[in-house]
Formats: sequence, structure tokens, C-alpha cells
Amino acid sequence: MNSLILVLASLLYLAFLFGVAYWAEKRSEKGKSLVTNPYIYALSLAIYCTAWTFYGSVGRAVSYGIEYLSVYIGPTLMMPLWWLVIRKIIRISKVYRITSIADFISSRYGKNVTLGIIVTLVSLVGVLPYIAIQLKAISSSFRILTRTDSPSNSHIFLDDLTFYISMGLGLFTIIFGTRKIDSTERHEGMVAAIAAESIIKALAFIIVGIFVTYGIFNGFGDIFNKAALHPQLKSQFLMDGNKGEYSSWFWHTALSMSAILFLPRQFQVAVVENVNEKHLNKAMWLFPLYLLIINIFVLPIAFGGELLFPNHDVNPDNYLLAIPLKYDAKFLALLTYIGGFSAATSMVIVETIALSIMVSNSLVMPILLAYPKVIGKYENNLSGLVNNIRRVSIFIILLLAYIYAKAIARYFSLVSIGMVSFAAVAQFAPAIIGGIYWKEGNRKGAIIGLLSGTFIWFYTLVLPSLIGAGLFPHSILEEGLWGIKALRPSALFGLEGMDDISHGMFWSMFFNIGSYVTFSLITKATSIELNQAVTFVDVFSHSKFTDNTTIWRGTAYLNDIRTLLNNFFGERRTDRVLRLFAQKHSLNLENKKADPKLVTYSEKLLAGVVGAASARIMVASISKEEHISMDEVINILRASQELMVNNKELRRKSIELEKATSELKEANEILKRTDKLKDDFLSTVAHEIRTPLTSIRALSEIVYDNPDMDQEEREHFLGTVVKESDRLSRLINQVLDLEKYESGRQKLIKENVDIQEIVKDSIDALYQPAKEKGIKVVFLPDRFAPKFEADRDKLVQVVVNLISNAIKYCEADKGEIQIATHYVEGAIYTSIQDNGVGIAKEFQRLIFDKFFQAEDQTIKKPKGSGLGLAISKKIVELHQGQIWVESEVGHGSKFTFMLPVV
Amino acid sequence: MKQQLKVLVVDDEPGILMSLEFLMKKEGYQVFIARDGEEALDIIEREIPSIILLDIMMPNVDGYEVCRFVKSTLKLSHIKIVFLSAKNKESDMEKGYAIGADLYVPKPFSTRTLVSKVNALALGIATS
Repeated sequence: MNSLILVLASLLYLAFLFGVAYWAEKRSEKGKSLVTNPYIYALSLAIYCTAWTFYGSVGRAVSYGIEYLSVYIGPTLMMPLWWLVIRKIIRISKVYRITSIADFISSRYGKNVTLGIIVTLVSLVGVLPYIAIQLKAISSSFRILTRTDSPSNSHIFLDDLTFYISMGLGLFTIIFGTRKIDSTERHEGMVAAIAAESIIKALAFIIVGIFVTYGIFNGFGDIFNKAALHPQLKSQFLMDGNKGEYSSWFWHTALSMSAILFLPRQFQVAVVENVNEKHLNKAMWLFPLYLLIINIFVLPIAFGGELLFPNHDVNPDNYLLAIPLKYDAKFLALLTYIGGFSAATSMVIVETIALSIMVSNSLVMPILLAYPKVIGKYENNLSGLVNNIRRVSIFIILLLAYIYAKAIARYFSLVSIGMVSFAAVAQFAPAIIGGIYWKEGNRKGAIIGLLSGTFIWFYTLVLPSLIGAGLFPHSILEEGLWGIKALRPSALFGLEGMDDISHGMFWSMFFNIGSYVTFSLITKATSIELNQAVTFVDVFSHSKFTDNTTIWRGTAYLNDIRTLLNNFFGERRTDRVLRLFAQKHSLNLENKKADPKLVTYSEKLLAGVVGAASARIMVASISKEEHISMDEVINILRASQELMVNNKELRRKSIELEKATSELKEANEILKRTDKLKDDFLSTVAHEIRTPLTSIRALSEIVYDNPDMDQEEREHFLGTVVKESDRLSRLINQVLDLEKYESGRQKLIKENVDIQEIVKDSIDALYQPAKEKGIKVVFLPDRFAPKFEADRDKLVQVVVNLISNAIKYCEADKGEIQIATHYVEGAIYTSIQDNGVGIAKEFQRLIFDKFFQAEDQTIKKPKGSGLGLAISKKIVELHQGQIWVESEVGHGSKFTFMLPVV
Repeated sequence: MKQQLKVLVVDDEPGILMSLEFLMKKEGYQVFIARDGEEALDIIEREIPSIILLDIMMPNVDGYEVCRFVKSTLKLSHIKIVFLSAKNKESDMEKGYAIGADLYVPKPFSTRTLVSKVNALALGIATS
């Protein structure tokens, strides 16, 4: 194939990526953000599938049989656990504005600089080769398509292509990865682009798969039958029960389980770029589905390749390209190339941005901060400095990867480099998982665990490759270091019979976990470590009042804090942020000394930009911190825990007490408050009536005064007048209605009714509005519910009110309302459940009060009279029934009313 | 002169918002609209309008908070604030003026009176 076409296709593809990213950012500026879509989130996770997957899976399937699947089984097994693990990591990262793995670990263990540096270096060493093989995959696929197989044949231009592509990717990463420094570190354009790439690589793979399976062969059955006749192939795909094979399955699966969490790029897309914890729900099934789809054709292509190239003159890694070429299907070959190209580029982009954040925030900034002179030069533009560090590191990382790809990578196969990378990031697992579930885990344990694990990783997995490349004497491999047999890198302490990866993982995890646990137990944590440990482990109970969780005491001057924040956020934003915070907590910004709450808040804002460790150094540099002794911290933490326990007991007791005195209290209250309530009610009614009235008056005056106004505008105005008049008359009717119930003048007209009919009629009445908003309504009737005496029309009014509320508070096109009836022990329960915004605990009893909506303006959004629930409650109570709500914010509401059947 | 004046209209009721926008445009002002306090603050800092017609009861950041913010910011404190509210008790109006409002117009209002009051404020700005 003409190399010019390929170059053009690559460039066009890069231009396409720029276009998608640019478009996504433009949309987001207009408020139509794409990343609020859970499908985009799930697709961006598919960045897990790199060029290694794209080309390497087939190769791996040919050489190792179905073991290639372990790399996908790991993440799939991990998915259900995501709800536990990733949700917690996301919550912690949101609350403490954590932006990378290095930041996470350093933050958990006392905002420690050393740990941040170690994690950054391990990530760099572990992941750089992985980036390099992506570049290598691009250039080798290019070679195959242009049929310049032997390196001597390749012209200079080709070598440069890899270089130009890496620099092009660097440019993309800089434009969409470092454009603005923000304390959330999200990159919408980039996420949109990689989601698009996920679709492209899957499509390319599937199309080639279909071509091979149905175009060349006669479907799956045909290929598998032919392969079964091939003795060598057959043996590859049977599990022979050999012990080594099971342990290798185990370790490979475990390894990929940790990779899906801790690879820097996975952390970036899954945690840092996450905008909504709820997106996990979709990702939990969508991502495994993606893995399944992209793997369907791996075996047919692997078998097909083996059958079509019986002389083994083609590397199985390249079957995907070689098969279309053999049949002269040039377009398909080009499509494959683009698929592999997209798999490689998405990985390179995100991995690079994730690494550059670590390098700037956890490696360079903490070191620079130790040199006030250097920092002094950038006094007024620290965020510019951070950004420049990132830009430079992006290019350096890509350059190093390029050099690695050129100079070293050819000694290794795609697969081995990938697995070795996985093993490197697996070293983070003990410190992170321990860190979020085990309060005793401390800094010394984490550092020693991480260092020893990494050392063993290097010794058992990297050293043998370096020996293979001739950098170290071969004798180490056979005789052991210094001739000691127990120190043989691939049979450490005499452990034999495992494959390299399983062996390396076993020993590195053994030492990593062992040291982490041992040193955490035998050494003491400092007060700040303890504080971080508690806030991380108990994040779900702390995150509601995060402003108070950090224990900080000392003196800092407001001016210094302001200057510090100015450097990163600019004067205007700083001023606004500080003043809104001060207003919210009623602090005085005129004071010279800053309130501790404000200091903590500022540190958190800074942490989002430069990482927790650097933020801490910066804040410490402008404040005189008082040393808080260990005992004090423990006391404070214990006190807050006891408070929680006491609160629970207190609540239980007060509930009992409340029960005992409730009647007395109620009677008393009613007497005392009736007058005031009546006053409040009247003034709220007046207010509620004035609002539509204002619109009606203003709009009709305008129409009256402007006979020459635009016809369309006039119709729009008059339409609004009619709508507001409706609202007004509805309100008046409801007020009168409620008055009737309250004065006891409302009588029920009872007849024999069927609850199912009542619900069905109500659903029919609301069919149109529900359909317009794209909301699904499901009814699960209890057919054993008996007929009973009740006022039919009034009950329809209740059900209609509850359903229309549910419609109002559900998101368009995503809403689902479930209505169910149950007959239990002489009572009929009817429940209306939605998946809308939900109601906070403290409001759940108040919403049945009249005009509650108007009192609390922050949840006012969808309009209503504020009387519907109050009337419903009256109707249910008139039937000797009860009505209540169960709800959690963000997880929908369930309204239930119970009617006794006499 | 008054053509150049910027007027910001803040209300969460679409009917009121659309009529105020129409009235102010007709008088030749450059009009901006916001549906809540947060959006209003963004526009205020960006455009620095001369007059704000401000509702009080709004979701998130309410009218009182917006007024307090404007009046306590040196660069913004010259902005004239007109509260438009259905809270029309004596005590409500007193509170509005105490926070720093230049005018308190109870809802519902006569559009002609409102326009002439806003024009008078604008004249004051132009001549000072």
C-alpha cells in the first residue's frame, strides 16, 4: 500500500480527534456538556484496550491459548467490586480534590512528599515502556502495510513518522490537557475524543472479524471445525489441568484486576474525569460488555491466521493486518490500521496527561518549593509555572518513550512489556486498598512496602529482560547473584515451576504486603497521618461536613492566603471564592488573622491544582502552625466518634420520649400555633397568588401598550398569560379545597371501590405528560387486594397528585416510575416510586405541610402550588390511613399510602 | 446617553423575565438576563451593569445575597439595585433597603410606573 495514503490517513485521523475534542469543549462552554452522559464515561474506560489488546490478543491466543482471556476476566470480575472500591476512591478524591494516584497515596499517608515522589517514579519506570510499545505498534503496523519488512529497507521518512506522530500526540495532549489549570483537573475534550476512539477501535476489530469469519471462512462453526482437526491448535485451547497453568491464571487475573484500578490512565478516566458517581451503575455492565464484544472475534482470527499461514512466516501479532492483505482487501487493512492507531493514540494521550500531572504536582513542585528563590521568580504566575512543567514533561515523556521504542523495545514482545507494566502498578494496591479500609496503615509501612515490592518487581521481571539484551552477565540468571542459587531472578528462594509473571508477582506482593502490614503495626503514625487515615477510611460519614474534618490549629494571615491563592486563581476568582466562603460561614474578612476553617479550605483548593503535599508545604510556609500532640488528636477524634454514638442513643431515647408525650405535645402545640399558622398561611397564599398575577399584569399591559408588536411575540405573551391564569385558578381551587378539609366541612362520598381501577384511571389521566417527558410508568398490581369502601374521586386525586409529582421530579427520558399495590393484614398499601432527584432527610416530614415548597427556595425548581401533598395527606387521613415518604437524595423517592380495609 | 446603559434582569419566573426584558429593551437599554443568583453574579462581574432588577426568592444564591455581594464590592458598589418582590410587607421593604437596595418595587407592579422609575434612576446615573 502506498505509504502516502497511510500518512494522510493518520493525519486525517489526528485532525478528527482534534475536531471531536474541540467540539466537545465548545459544547461544554455552552452548557451542553457531553461528559454528563454515562455512556461516554463507560466508553472512556475502554481505554483499557490498547494496541496491545488490538494486535496482541490474537498473538497471545495463538501462543498461549485461551489464557489471553485472563486480561479481560480480571476487570470483569472487578466490576461488581467497583461499587465498593472505586466509588470510595472517587468520593475521597472529590472531597479532597485529589488528581492522581501519587497524590492519592501521598495524601492518605500524611500528605507525604517522599511517597508522592516514589509513586511518581514507579509509575514512570513502569509505564514508559508501555507507552513505547504503543508507538512501536503504530510503526510496525505501518511497515507491514507498506511491506517494508526489514528495517534496512525502511527509509528515513518512516522512522520520522513515529517521531512526528508522538509529537502530534504531545501537541494534542498539551492543547486539551493543559489548557486551563483547574482544581478538578477534568478534560472534557480529551474524554470525548477517547470515547470516540473506543468506538472506532471496536468497530474496526469487529469488521475485520466478520470479514475473516464470514468472508473467508463459513462462520464460527467452520473455523472451529477446521481448527479442531489441527492437533497443535486443539491442545492450545483445552485446559489440561497442569498446576502451573492454574496459578498463572490466578496471577494474571489478579494482575489485571489491579491494573483496571491503578494504571495511571485508568485512574485518570475512572476517578479524576468522573463527574457523577452514578455513572458507575452504567459502566458496571457496559464496560464488561465492551470487553466481550471486542473479544468475540479473537479466536476466529487466531485460528484463521494459523490455518491461512501454515508455514508460520507471519508473526501472529500481525494476523489482523496480514489476513486482509493476503486477500488484497486494502480498505479493510487500512481500517485495521486506523483501529490500531486509535487504540494506541488514546492510551498514549491519557497515560501521558496522567503522568504529567504526577510529575508536576508530586515530583517537581514539592522539590521546587524547597527553593524559595526559584519560586520567587514566578511569584505572580505560579499556575503558569505548573502548566509549563506539565507541558515540558509531556514532551519529555513522549520523547523518552520514542527513544525506548527505537532502542530497547525490539528485544521484547508486546505482551511481556504490558504484563510487566501491570505488575509495576500492582505495587500500589496494598497502600491504596489498605489505605481506604485499614486505619492502622501508616506512612512507614507504605514506603517500605512500596520500595521492597518495586525492588523485587525490578529484580524478577525487569532484570531478566536486561540480561537478555546483554546489559548484564548471563550467569546471574543461571547461577544467581554473586553465585548464590537462592538469588536467581526467575527462581527466587528456589521457587520454581511458575511462569515469570506469576513468580514475580508472588514475591513482590509477598514482600510488599508483608512490609506494609508489619511496619504499619510496629511503628507509630504521626498526628497528621492519623487524621488523614480517619478521614479516608470514614469518608462516607465525613464527607457531609468536610469543612470541619481536618484538625488544624495555628496562625495565618489573611493577606498571605489571599496572595497565595491569587497566584493560582487570579484576583477576581480568589476574591469571590473567599467572600462566598466567608458569607456562608459568617466569617469576617476584615480580620487580619485567618480563620482555621478558611485556611483548611484554601489548602484544599490549592491541593486540586498542585497536589496535597505541595499545597500543604505552601500553606505551611505562610502559617505558623501549632504542634498538636498525638494525644490531642486522638482525643478530638474520639470525642467526635463518641458524639456520634451518643447521638444515636440520644435519638433512640428521644424517640421513645417523643412517643410518650406526643399526644400531649401535639395538643399543646396546635393550640399555641394555630393563630400564627393562620397568619403565615395567609401571607404565603398572598405571595403565591402575587407571582402569577405579576406575570399576567405585566404581560397584558405590554400587549395593550404596544399594538405594533411582533405577531409571534404577541402570541407568546398571550399564551403565557393564559398559562399563568390557569396556575392562578388552580391555586385558588386548591386553597379553597384545603380550607374545606381543615375546617372538617369536606365529606367523603363512599362507594365500593377497587384500588387497581383507581391506579389505572390515574395513570391514564397522566399518560400524555409522561409520554411527552419520555418517562416510563410501570404498574405492579396485587390481584388479591379486595374491594373496599372509599371515596373514589378523592383517591384518584391522591394518586394523580403523587404520579404527577414523580413525573415533575424525574429527569426527562431517563425517568422511571413504578407503582405497586400490596394487600397485607387488612390494609392496602399503594406505593409510587421514582428515580428522580430525591428528598433530603430533613425535609421528608415537612413536605406534607402546606406551602413547604415556597419556604425552601433552593429546591423550588419544578413549579407546583405547594398544596398537592398537603391535600393528599388530608384525604388519606380522612380515610383513616397514613401517607409517608422514603427517599435518599439522588436516588429517587418512594411515596406510600396505607388505607385500612374495614 | 441611556442607550449605553446596561441593565441586568434577574428572576426565576419566565413570565416576569420576558416582560422585563421586553420593557427594558424597548427603552433602549442593553439588557442581560439571569435566572438565578449564581448566573447573575457571573454576568455582574463580566459586564458590570448600571442597574439590576432583582427578584429576592430564587434558588441557590438568593437576591439578598447578590445585593450584599454587589454593595460590599468596591468595583461594583455603584450599581443601582431595584428589588422586585412579592414579599411586600413593611418589614420586607425595610430589610431590602437595609441591605442596600436603591429601590424596592412590590409585585405585582404597573409596567409604566416601573419603567419611569428605572428611567429616573438612569437619569441620575447619567447626570452624576
